[in-house]
Amino acid sequence: MQIRSPEFKENARTALKEEGLQRALGKLRAGFPEKRAIAVERMPEFHDLRDEARDLKNHILENLDIYLEQFESKVQESGGHVHWARTGDDANKIILDICKQVNAKTVTKGKSMVSEETNLNEYLEANGIQPVETDLGEYILQLREDHPSHIIAPAIHLNLSDVSEIFHEKHGKPKSDDPAVLMQEAREELRNKFVAADVGITGANFLVAETGSTIIVTNEGNGDLTQTLPKTHIVITSIEKVVPTLEDMTLFLRLLARSATGQEFTVYNTLSTGPRREGDADGPENFHVVLVDNGRSEMVGSEFHEMLRCIRCSACMNHCPVYGSVGGHAYGWVYPGPMGSVLTPKMIGIEKAGNLPNASTFCGKCEEVCPVRIPLPKLMRHWRNNEFEKHLSPKAVRWGLAGWGFFAKRPTLYRQLSTASNWFMRTLGGKKGRVKSLPMASGWTDFRDLPTPTDKTFMQQWNDKKEGKQ
Amino acid sequence: MSRAEILSNIRRGLGRGEASEAQRKAVFNRLNAKANNLIPKRSQLPHAEQVELFKSMAQEASAEIIELSSTADVPKTVTDWLQNNGIKELISSSDAELNELDWSPLGDIQRTQRVAMVGDMASITTSFAGIAETGTLMLHSRGESPTTLNFLPDVHLVVLKRSTIVGPYEDAWKKIRGTFGKSMPRTVNMITGPSRSADIEQTLQMGAHGPRTLVILLIND
Repeated sequence: MQIRSPEFKENARTALKEEGLQRALGKLRAGFPEKRAIAVERMPEFHDLRDEARDLKNHILENLDIYLEQFESKVQESGGHVHWARTGDDANKIILDICKQVNAKTVTKGKSMVSEETNLNEYLEANGIQPVETDLGEYILQLREDHPSHIIAPAIHLNLSDVSEIFHEKHGKPKSDDPAVLMQEAREELRNKFVAADVGITGANFLVAETGSTIIVTNEGNGDLTQTLPKTHIVITSIEKVVPTLEDMTLFLRLLARSATGQEFTVYNTLSTGPRREGDADGPENFHVVLVDNGRSEMVGSEFHEMLRCIRCSACMNHCPVYGSVGGHAYGWVYPGPMGSVLTPKMIGIEKAGNLPNASTFCGKCEEVCPVRIPLPKLMRHWRNNEFEKHLSPKAVRWGLAGWGFFAKRPTLYRQLSTASNWFMRTLGGKKGRVKSLPMASGWTDFRDLPTPTDKTFMQQWNDKKEGKQ
Repeated sequence: MSRAEILSNIRRGLGRGEASEAQRKAVFNRLNAKANNLIPKRSQLPHAEQVELFKSMAQEASAEIIELSSTADVPKTVTDWLQNNGIKELISSSDAELNELDWSPLGDIQRTQRVAMVGDMASITTSFAGIAETGTLMLHSRGESPTTLNFLPDVHLVVLKRSTIVGPYEDAWKKIRGTFGKSMPRTVNMITGPSRSADIEQTLQMGAHGPRTLVILLIND
């Protein structure tokens, strides 16, 4: 996926004016958060489960190397292969090699955000192998040569008419405004592709060290057909997804669906352990797991360590006022929303992604809903510091901060200035008590009024109180 | 090459070299203990109430439940269901539990034991367990029960014995370990209702790629 994060500000400006996108986002804001709230209400232990999940993830990360080695040896014991990929390019090469070994012409794909990280589809196509996305949302996007704007609802930026349009163009059937008809069309189109594929590629939600199993969680069943029908199943996944036991996986599964779609449980939770067994009539003959690093191992022990707890549920973006206003594409790379604002700078560089950790109101909702209690605002703040230290912040920000710093270090001057600016603001606000336009702050006042400050500053009120005037 | 680099990066981040024997031992003890984490109270009930919970949660997930007093009633019930839906062929797993039944009520409807193929309308399989907590079925692959039966046909009929219903997922994992020991079956499928997607304009539609209809034949054994 082409990196467009440096243009975040322009992207956001355009997104705010896109009617179709705004309509789609309106539905998101009403949908996921409400469903999650109901699911949480129905599970009285939900917040205790979050504490346990946070602690368990911390334990896993402390022993990550041991759990990964254990997972690898269990996969091998069950007849599968494990490949380690330092970078996205390494992962693509490994997958292409496996495809070549089995003379693959087409591969079906279940939804995988890691494969978006590595640009796997483009790479396979460039090497003469046709990838077919099978998740309904991803399939629509592939036809449109588009990319996901959300990690679990990839086509959330599109409306019914967009889907109808592209299906009509690509399938040659009449347009329809009935989602059921469109889904039926996709079902029929993909049926034979599932069967014809030489290789099936899926992601994984978790990797179980105890058994060497990978698990995928889907509502459609596309991931299951993708991994059951072809002769070779490749799992592309990342190193932080390992968990110790089936019981531990269960702890995360209880949190995942509720945090994501607000479902009690996702329709299909499927464990895969090695290739087909003697006597099995179906299932893949070859089973490969590609463990992708792509910057994650460098996060271990760093100030971004806690981000490795993320289970990719999307609750943070579903509740984010910024994501809800500009959508996922504005963020300009694979991972949008608060989790993306922390991950993206690590993966593509703070030089390119500096806007993202700044695109937050720090309202704290993301941390409040995170099932593994990642302090996302704190991690975004680390990036802001990082950006400042590298002298990457825009001049206006640097000068503004330097100016503020000058006064903040001189309390008397600071108080005089704040008293003066208080008076100025109150005068501007007049009787209404609201400032409608403010020089150099049109970014704020163009869209909303600024309330005027109180008559006295905090320090004046404090001193009055001490002197017993109130 | 990548493997060594990734592992050494992780260790450097953790501020240590290879893990000590004591640390490895602690990890393996944890793996071997297979201890439960917090289990929600919801499903910690007497068995009869777990069955009721299973039924209501499965129905909430849009599964259809037909209760029968014995497996002997399965062929007649399945025949009626297929006839009502105009289906003329049933692809079946070859479990003894199904094979030993008298399928003569099927009449003209063909019962075939094979893997599923594109175009198949209905399949029937048994199940390993029912999980009351969320109305979830647990199935696993084996020679007698190809996995495609669970995903490719339009309708999936599943025989579930009341006695195999457990409360939380954890009890199903214990059952899996009890049956298979250390080596898992190639695939374990947890299924909660029929296939669905909300990828088109966030409108939920049933029957995306997997079965459009999930019928649970609950045997009150």
